[in-house]
Amino acid sequence: MTNRTLPANHTGASIRISANGDRIRLGLSGRLDAPGTAFVWDDAITPVRKGSYAHVDADCADITYLDGSGVALLLKLREEAALSGGKLELINIKEEHQNLIDLTWNCDLPQLKKFKERRGFAVAVGESAGEILDGLYEMVAFVGESSVMIIQSIRHPGLVRWKDVTLSCINIGVDSLFIITLLGFLMGLIMSFQSAVSLERFGGEIFVPNMLGLVMFREMGPLVTAILLAARSGSAFAAEIGTMKINEELDALTTMGLSPMRFLVVPKLLSSMAMVPLMTIFFNIASLVGGAVVMLSLGFPLVTFTSRVFSYLDYGDFAGGMFKALIFSILVAGVGCLRGMQTRNSASAVGLSTTSAVVSGIIMIAFADGIFAMAFYYLGI
Amino acid sequence: MDENKPVISIRNLTCGYDDTVIVKNINFDVNKGEIFVILGGSGCGKSTLLKNMIGLYQPMNGQIFFGDDELTNASGDKRDMIIRKFGVMYQMGALFGSMSLLQNVMLPLEEFTNLPREAMTLVAKSKLAMVNLENATYKLPATISGGMKKRAAIARAMALDPGILFLDEPGAGLDPISSAELDELILNLSRTLGITFVIVSHELESIYKTADRVIMLDKDVKSIVAEGDPKHLRDTSENILVKRFFHRLPSLGKTGQKKYVPSRNKDTR
Repeated sequence: MTNRTLPANHTGASIRISANGDRIRLGLSGRLDAPGTAFVWDDAITPVRKGSYAHVDADCADITYLDGSGVALLLKLREEAALSGGKLELINIKEEHQNLIDLTWNCDLPQLKKFKERRGFAVAVGESAGEILDGLYEMVAFVGESSVMIIQSIRHPGLVRWKDVTLSCINIGVDSLFIITLLGFLMGLIMSFQSAVSLERFGGEIFVPNMLGLVMFREMGPLVTAILLAARSGSAFAAEIGTMKINEELDALTTMGLSPMRFLVVPKLLSSMAMVPLMTIFFNIASLVGGAVVMLSLGFPLVTFTSRVFSYLDYGDFAGGMFKALIFSILVAGVGCLRGMQTRNSASAVGLSTTSAVVSGIIMIAFADGIFAMAFYYLGI
Repeated sequence: MDENKPVISIRNLTCGYDDTVIVKNINFDVNKGEIFVILGGSGCGKSTLLKNMIGLYQPMNGQIFFGDDELTNASGDKRDMIIRKFGVMYQMGALFGSMSLLQNVMLPLEEFTNLPREAMTLVAKSKLAMVNLENATYKLPATISGGMKKRAAIARAMALDPGILFLDEPGAGLDPISSAELDELILNLSRTLGITFVIVSHELESIYKTADRVIMLDKDVKSIVAEGDPKHLRDTSENILVKRFFHRLPSLGKTGQKKYVPSRNKDTR
């Protein structure tokens, strides 16, 4: 339905219709700009569409102003007239309006293509499978290339841009210190408190530190840190590299003979690998502080808490957690960089690859964590 | 090296994306020290050809020689050696946004030379001075104008003193003064340093001013339609495509030659 009110300062637009046999006369008058055209649109089109007149005359004598919208109305009238077997004629048209109309009058109007591609189920499945395989192939190639790069940079440390690594370490690690400590503290506090409430019924609050140490060091520490890395840094990597790709900076690197992998990806991977285990340690310690607060408030002395935590935790738990953190960091940073490199050429593509970096990062963490849980169980770690 | 031998030779080159061929089976040479312009209308494959020539894309067929070295099948150190022979200025400059102009120009020096730091800074500053950017040395790319970015990109491309410079649409998006300054700069560098320029452009004025030789590509022919001195082509060519380009004639006459045929398509109802 078109808008049937005119704005307050509009000088008005109207239409007079007189039909006579197979001839209809539309007397258009007033200001046919966008609001004016909207105002008369239905009144003008409906009679032409409903009746089938051989002659449709549009009397343009009283049009005071005509712009693109008005011309669109005339074009639509012509189309409607033609569809019902008639012919539109413009009469009494002013020269300045005629000039405007001439710009578009003789062109074919672009038509929406009513063209729906029908694909068989098998073709659709095949194409999706192909896409998934392509994605996997790219990922495998990327993993291979980055492993080679990392090994190369360990063997020839001179090739690494250590300045970038340091900057990246500050971005990834130092700047996230506050949030990672806060998260650790709160999670330690909340988990201890909740489990203390449940265990209190059995008089077992004393076991809270055992649970807390194990859960934090083995599971939550690496997991939460890696998720934080995906959200904070994985997305940033994808956005940074993606924007560089759009600005042709990656091409510029390549034609300078510098590999974008070595230049952009390796520093990010190395700094993530260095920072995430450290961040995990901070998280773990903060969570113990949170747990200690709960235990102290329940009336246990601090020494009970610490001795129970450390008697139950062994070095293997700590090392396992650190190893997981290391692997997660490679996955998250790697997928962030990969998504950045895969960015296509538009600004919205950067947004997509950022989102995709976070989502794929978290999915990979989840998968890897599952694999670790199984492996550690069977290996008895 | 033989003075008369072309510095770049393109042989039977076919390039495009995926399965769309954009330019087909073309051959040309670029001679030492000349300003060579690849021109043509939008979408004719100028930039694609350039990206193939600098090794960003793998051509579908054919060979690209820099002197005696073939870029198309080179890999590893050989490829690096060939790539080191030229510098590239991208359309929007492609300066690294996190680095100052000085750092941008110094980057190739840091990576590929073992000059002392002091010397590198000096080389980089002199390159920036060469393109009249000595006052913007420590500025970030985001804080300078489009024309300055392009000049800085030329300075960076020249950092390792390559014999060949590729420029992708140097005049695009510049005001007439900056564009003229850039032309002057190109002529100056060509005259004083003997650098060979390969320029992709469609700005007629700067082509007349700078180009020694041009090739013209066309979207429909998918190949070279003309080759030679631009002014000569403008004045003598009988080829309708060349005439249209150099005399700026629109390909469609005045609108209004087609008859309106009502379509039975109901989509617009």
